[in-house]
Amino acid sequence: MIWFAWRQFRTQAAVVFGALAVLAVVVIVTGLQLRHWYDISGIANCAAAGDCDTVTSAFTTHYSWLQTLLGNVLIDFFPAVIGVFWGAPLIARELDTGSYRLVWTQSVTRTRWLAAKITIVGAASVAAVGLLSWMVTWWSTPFDKMANNKFDPSVFSERDIAPLGYAAFAFALGVTAGLLIRRTLPAMATTLVGYIAARVVVLIWIRPHFQAPLHATGLLQAPGSDSGLVKLPGATLAPQPGSWLVSSQILDPSGHPTNGRIEVRIGDPCVATHSCLTGYHQTITYQPASRYWPFQWYEMSLFIALAAILIGFCFWQINGRRLPTTSRILPGTRPDTPSRLEKTLDRDPAAHLDRATFTAAERPMTVRGKAGGHRQPDTRDGTDGSSR
Amino acid sequence: MTAVLDTDGLGKRYRRRWALTDCTLKIPAGRVVGLVGPNGAGKSTLLNLAVGLITPTCGRIDVLGTLPARGSAELGRVGFVAQDTPTYSGLSVADHLRMGARLNPGWDRQFAEDRIAQLGLDPAQRAGKLSGGERAQLALTVAVAKRPELLVLDEPVARLDPLARREFLQSLMEVVADQGVSVVLSSHLVADLERVCDHLIILVASRVRLTGDVDQLLATHHLLTGPRRDTDRLPADLHVVQESHTDRQSTLLVRTEAPILDPAWTVGQISLEDLVLAYMSQARAGASNNGHRRLTGVPR
Amino acid sequence: MIEFHLDTRSGLPPYRQIVDQVRRALRLGLLEEGDQLPTVKDVVGQLAINPNTVLKAYKELEHAGLVTPRPGVGTFVTATLRDASVAAHGPLRRELLRWFAKARRAGLDEESIEALFRDTFRASAEQDIA
Repeated sequence: MIWFAWRQFRTQAAVVFGALAVLAVVVIVTGLQLRHWYDISGIANCAAAGDCDTVTSAFTTHYSWLQTLLGNVLIDFFPAVIGVFWGAPLIARELDTGSYRLVWTQSVTRTRWLAAKITIVGAASVAAVGLLSWMVTWWSTPFDKMANNKFDPSVFSERDIAPLGYAAFAFALGVTAGLLIRRTLPAMATTLVGYIAARVVVLIWIRPHFQAPLHATGLLQAPGSDSGLVKLPGATLAPQPGSWLVSSQILDPSGHPTNGRIEVRIGDPCVATHSCLTGYHQTITYQPASRYWPFQWYEMSLFIALAAILIGFCFWQINGRRLPTTSRILPGTRPDTPSRLEKTLDRDPAAHLDRATFTAAERPMTVRGKAGGHRQPDTRDGTDGSSR
Repeated sequence: MTAVLDTDGLGKRYRRRWALTDCTLKIPAGRVVGLVGPNGAGKSTLLNLAVGLITPTCGRIDVLGTLPARGSAELGRVGFVAQDTPTYSGLSVADHLRMGARLNPGWDRQFAEDRIAQLGLDPAQRAGKLSGGERAQLALTVAVAKRPELLVLDEPVARLDPLARREFLQSLMEVVADQGVSVVLSSHLVADLERVCDHLIILVASRVRLTGDVDQLLATHHLLTGPRRDTDRLPADLHVVQESHTDRQSTLLVRTEAPILDPAWTVGQISLEDLVLAYMSQARAGASNNGHRRLTGVPR
Repeated sequence: MIEFHLDTRSGLPPYRQIVDQVRRALRLGLLEEGDQLPTVKDVVGQLAINPNTVLKAYKELEHAGLVTPRPGVGTFVTATLRDASVAAHGPLRRELLRWFAKARRAGLDEESIEALFRDTFRASAEQDIA
């Protein structure tokens, strides 16, 4: 079965890994060049030299097209693409085209069939995304060293091991959608929507709380201004570089949050004394830079756990029935509610002939053969629909 | 002898429609069984239940003594060709054989390759490019080469041209002669079944109407023509399947084990095709009148 | 080796037709002692009929003492239906042809000729029995 799963998959694998190989060449060549430029640019010592602004802005212009391609396009979309194009059609295509009727009547159980397909294609998915993530992370190292922003939400998702989790999840979501929806295109669309939703939910509500964030408060220090309104500066309180600023708030002297603007009436005496901002605090919540790697592990593990749950669900559903303990089932009782997969397979071939159940007590005519004839039908009462 | 197919009160429901109702059958081994009925009668449903692609709503079904598709060994004993003979259009003929070899421990590689060669199929040809008849032959090869005890075919020749149909049936009969495999094959064309089947199941509107060995059925059904007669006054063991009357003449299709002694009747033979049609139309008539029409048979 | 053909309209069951064709072949000398009948597989491969039908026919021939099965090899003819009367076939056939010509000249159509022939044949058979 492993061979067959691979045989069905090999063209898609060849295309993607081939493209990754080409990309790898580009990445290596340009990446080495970037590292060389980084070394000669003096960014490492710019803090001492005091010219950070100029050298960094000069550096960021290098390979900006590739920065966008790798950092913002490929690594962001690639896990979703894998889930949609490799995950969703895995089962849906077989159900859609009807080829499941061929492969499920060979001498492999559905469980083994599914296990082989998920293993081959799932491993390839994670490997492909892992390869891309590794390339992007390696290539972006100079920029990351310069900006020290790997913990920022957008960059965090594009580096190191987090994308592996996304890949596993997107794949598992695709397989599940294909199993439940059983049509390829709708399954692909559902996978995309579900993936984006999950990523957004985790990013906004879950990731900040992997570990309880730290808080810090400080008095605002800002120069006064001659105009009636004082525009507040950004974070004057800054945790160490490389941290993730989760949220930041300005509180007025009584402790209420402001919306970032403080209004001062013209002629208010505080303007003259430059004391309009006294009593105002800024509080921030942040995750320190030391938590970057633990958070990467948390993020990856969360998505892998979700993937595992989805895959488990698929195995539970694929068999479509819970085996009864005996083969004798009383007529008229329903042994199990058909599973979703059951219902998907039960596309009634004659649904368009919507005949009502016949109430005529038609009895099957059996004719006794010479050897081993047929059972005499029971003299049960008329088998009309109401007896069920 | 174990029955190859043994059902008891088998029923299958899709949402509100019963596709198969109260199906009770016992098919002995070593037969070629024809499952005949109009479209939508439930033939595909019964066959899909037999190979374990779907599960019953109620009742029981045993295939070769066990639940269908219970495990790898049971799957290996039943070969199946679904309606429209599904194949993987992107894979070549040789790939299909390789698939069969990998997925079936009982695969007979020599037989499969010989058969493909004998059929004149190009192993490198993609299945999507084959003609309907060639695809049917490929699907049959895959089903047969694992040496099953039972072969289940769902309308395998429905879409084929007459020559392809004949070749498929010839091929199938050779396999039966060679391997002694039991066959259950469904069709809505009775003429094909008449040649190859020695056991018949008539399925109309989700119910089994008639089942038995073909020889026995033909021996016990007779076409009686004679002067106009009210069927109430016939002997009790004469079971009228279908009747039609003009003002002067009655024509009856009857089923009986006893000889017809009444000299007023001219007794004629009936062909299998006409027999099937009679049962099918009786079932339809019974349904449309919702049972108000006098039942043309007294259940035993 | 002989070949069978099936007449689906004849009203005779297929196994009966096979038996009759074997008997006719034996009578006409197309099959002789020791000849092999076509294998079941070959017959069904050509006619697309149920193998049990062929087996039934061969069994009946075996019971009639005309053939015998050799397991693993095939079915072989053990007796012949030819008798000395074959020699008489030629002259008898010529006489029949003359009689047919006469009947036609007398104005009988095909149906009448056949009916007259069958009737007389049956009547003479009954006379022989009686």
